[in-house]
Order: sequence, then C-alpha cells, then structure tokens
Amino acid sequence: MYSVRLWAARHARWFELTYRAFEPVIVKLHPLWKAVGYQRAERPMGKLEKLSKGLLFDCQMCGQCILSSTGMSCSMNCPKTMRNGPCGGVMQNGNCEVYPEKRCVWVEAWEGSRKMKEGDAIQVVQLPVDHRLEGSSSWLRVAREASARKYGDKEASR
Amino acid sequence: MNMNVGAETFERASEAQGYSSAGRLERVLRSGQFAVTAELAPPDAANPEEVYARARVFDGYVDGLNATDGSGANCHMSSVAMCALLSREGYETVMQISCRDRNRIAIQGDVLGGAALGIHNILCLTGDGVQVGDHPEAKPVFDLDSMSLLETVARLRDKHAFASGRKLSDPPRVFLGAAENPFVPPFDFRPHRLAKKIAAGAQFIQTQYCFDLPRFRTFMARSRDLGLLDKCFILPGVGPLASARTAEWMRKNVPGIHIPDAIIKRLEGAKDQKAEGRNICIELIQQLKEIEGVSGVHVMAHRQESSVADIIERSGVLGDREPWTPSREPALEREYA
Repeated sequence: MYSVRLWAARHARWFELTYRAFEPVIVKLHPLWKAVGYQRAERPMGKLEKLSKGLLFDCQMCGQCILSSTGMSCSMNCPKTMRNGPCGGVMQNGNCEVYPEKRCVWVEAWEGSRKMKEGDAIQVVQLPVDHRLEGSSSWLRVAREASARKYGDKEASR
Repeated sequence: MNMNVGAETFERASEAQGYSSAGRLERVLRSGQFAVTAELAPPDAANPEEVYARARVFDGYVDGLNATDGSGANCHMSSVAMCALLSREGYETVMQISCRDRNRIAIQGDVLGGAALGIHNILCLTGDGVQVGDHPEAKPVFDLDSMSLLETVARLRDKHAFASGRKLSDPPRVFLGAAENPFVPPFDFRPHRLAKKIAAGAQFIQTQYCFDLPRFRTFMARSRDLGLLDKCFILPGVGPLASARTAEWMRKNVPGIHIPDAIIKRLEGAKDQKAEGRNICIELIQQLKEIEGVSGVHVMAHRQESSVADIIERSGVLGDREPWTPSREPALEREYA
C-alpha cells in the first residue's frame, strides 16, 4: 500500500535494525532449509516474504532484494524500475513524472538512506536485474549464499 | 589501400595514448579545448538527405552531433541509423541509447553494430517514460537502467565480453557518456549519482537544460568536493527558448526541465522574445564556460537548430578554433570513400 510504503521508507533506520536481527536467523536456519530442501521451502517462504514485504514496501518480488541499498524504498516500484538512482524526470516537488500524484521512489530512497547507519550502500552500482529470479524468495537466496560461503561451494548447488 | 594502413596505425597509436575511441570529440576534450556538441532532431522519414540537411546547419560549429533515440518517447528514425549515415560523411556522432525500447540483447547488438559502422561515442540514457510520447500504449522495456547500461557497454569495451560473460573478438572502441540532471530532486543525491555513473564507466556527461546557474554551481562544487571533476568531462545543456509561452509550456509539460521565473519574466519583458531567448542562451554559455570543471556545452535547440551556429559564434567560446566538418577535407573524404 502506497501510504505504508512511504511510512516504511521514513522509518528506514528501524527496518535496517530489524533486518539486521532477522538475517542471521534466516541464515542460521540453513540446516532446516536443507532438511526440507531449498526447492520445497521456496513456495511457503516466497509466500511469506511476498505477504510481509508486499504489505510494508509494495515488494514486487524481484528475487534479488536491495532494500538495504535503497533506503528501504523498493526501487521496483519505479515505473522505469531504476535500481541505481532517480531518472532525470523527477518533478520539482519530488514527485514522479509518470505518476505525478506519487512521490518519486528515489526521492524517498535517498531520504531513507540518510536515516540508515549503512545508508551509503545507495552509492554502490547495482547490476541489472536477473529476471529469472522474479517471484523467488530473496531471504532463502541470502541463506543459501551465506551458507555456501561458510560451508564451501559444494552446498551451494543443493 | 594506403589510407587503410594509415587509419590502422592511427587507431593503434591512439590506443597506446590511452584513448578509448578513435573519435574527435574525445580528442578535443582531452586536449582541454572547449567542446560544443549539439542535438540533432531525427527525421520522420526514410530519407538520408533529410539527415544530412539537418546535420549541415551545424557545420563548423560543433564537435559532435547527438542523434536522439526516440526522445520524448516519440517515434523517429533510429539513432544508430542516423549515426551510421552521418559517420559515412565523416561527421562525429554521439549515438544515444535509451533503455526504454530495447532489452540488453538488442542494445548490446546495437553497440557492436554502431561501433562497426564508425560510431565513436555513445550516450547511455534511461529514457523518457512512454506516457509522454506519441505511443503511450507501448510496452516500456527498461530491462537495464542508465547505470547498468553504462556498465554493460564498458564491459563490452574493456573486458571484451557480453553481459553474459561470453567473449567478443573485437571490442567496440567507444567514448562513453551519460546524462545528469542537477536541476531536479533529490538535489543532494545528484552529485553522488554522478559519482556512481563515473564508477559505472561514464567519461563525459551532458546535462539537462541549464537555466539555473546557482543550482548548477552548487552541483559542480559538490562534485568537485567528491573529486569527480578530474574524472569526467562535463558539458552542461543549453538551448534558446523561443518565447515566454514556450518556456512556460516546457516547464509544465516536459519532465525534468526546470526554468526559473526570472528567465520567463525576462522573456516576457522583451520586445523580440525569440532574440532575447538567444541572448539568454549566449550569456549562459559564456557564464558556464567560467565554471570550474565545465569542459564544453551541449546545445539542444529544438526547432531552432538553424540558430545554433549564430549562438556559438556570438558566444565566442570556440575562440579561433573551427571544429572539423566534412567540407573542410573533401579530398580526404573522397579518398576514404
């Protein structure tokens, strides 16, 4: 929801802290994901992620979440799906050129990032979206990749 | 035959000197001369003569011609075709690529094709949304954004590889540009975004229309503090306003254009608004030239293209330098052909 999305970006610091507590839990649950099978965990986790992040951030389930690098303002809500900053068409009042009644996703992102401790991540160049990951759970991907780093590449493929 | 050998040696020599392209725009900028580029309006016609006629009005006053890629989301002749036609005549072109209409497969193909056809400069843009153009019912692609487009073309050129990692045998030797708009929010982010674009591969920047000098100066000062001014060439955008009414319409209807009230008042107060618009443009060019880090100007004179030569002449920014034109070396051109 639009108003919740704006509220979330304005409380970016709080969500940063929450996610920082949440991520290690997801990663620590690696044995569980492995026992269930990452493939099988995908559906319920994807649904849960879509529900919660959809409610808070209007998450579009790109499957490669960068909310921590975008001031907790989901850049996939930008009509040009810009992942690296605002376009040149932002209106003087900070609204979007495509939806003039809405705030520019990146104006919100910049303001959100200034409230975060590690908000400078907004300055890192993001590579193009991998469209194959659309609809998949970013959380599980984080868990899978973190455990792959920890246990070596063998586990990563499973 | 001899010419070909010469050209090859020239390319190798330029590579050794650290040039990215074999183009003149890069050379003018790197030599520290004040560069002038201009935007070329693409024709709505399948006719090469239309392209040449539109280019000719700039002869002797510009170092590069930007061929727009469906600017304003309106359909026109493609930028790659315009640049290819102009390159045949020896013109220095800047091929604009927008992310709105093509995905990464099509874009990378066009970069290789464009470079093979003699294009030396590429400007990486996100592109206007389809809603502002004449085909609002079209599907907006935006597979890449301007930043990942820069990164993708830089990878083609420097790592000799497609985004997929697959290798190319001959990389495109292009000078890479990007756009910036310091005149719209979020203002504090804009210099950081410039830093990001440089990190992604931008070597020169052409900005949106500059009518607000104080705001531009702030942007440049912040960019200097970030150490960006030695890392890229900045060409602020300028252009003559036809009248106060046009200016009012532009700032209301064209996304990203900021025109301060003072400019509009000055136009309203003038007897000949068109002439005053040109005077304002000339003054802006002269004032911009004095700002640290400004390497040239990019002139966008929509529907007033024929006035550009006079504007540049009267601004005096070229000094006694006359940019290269096909007519300057007709004999050489014939030998190449």
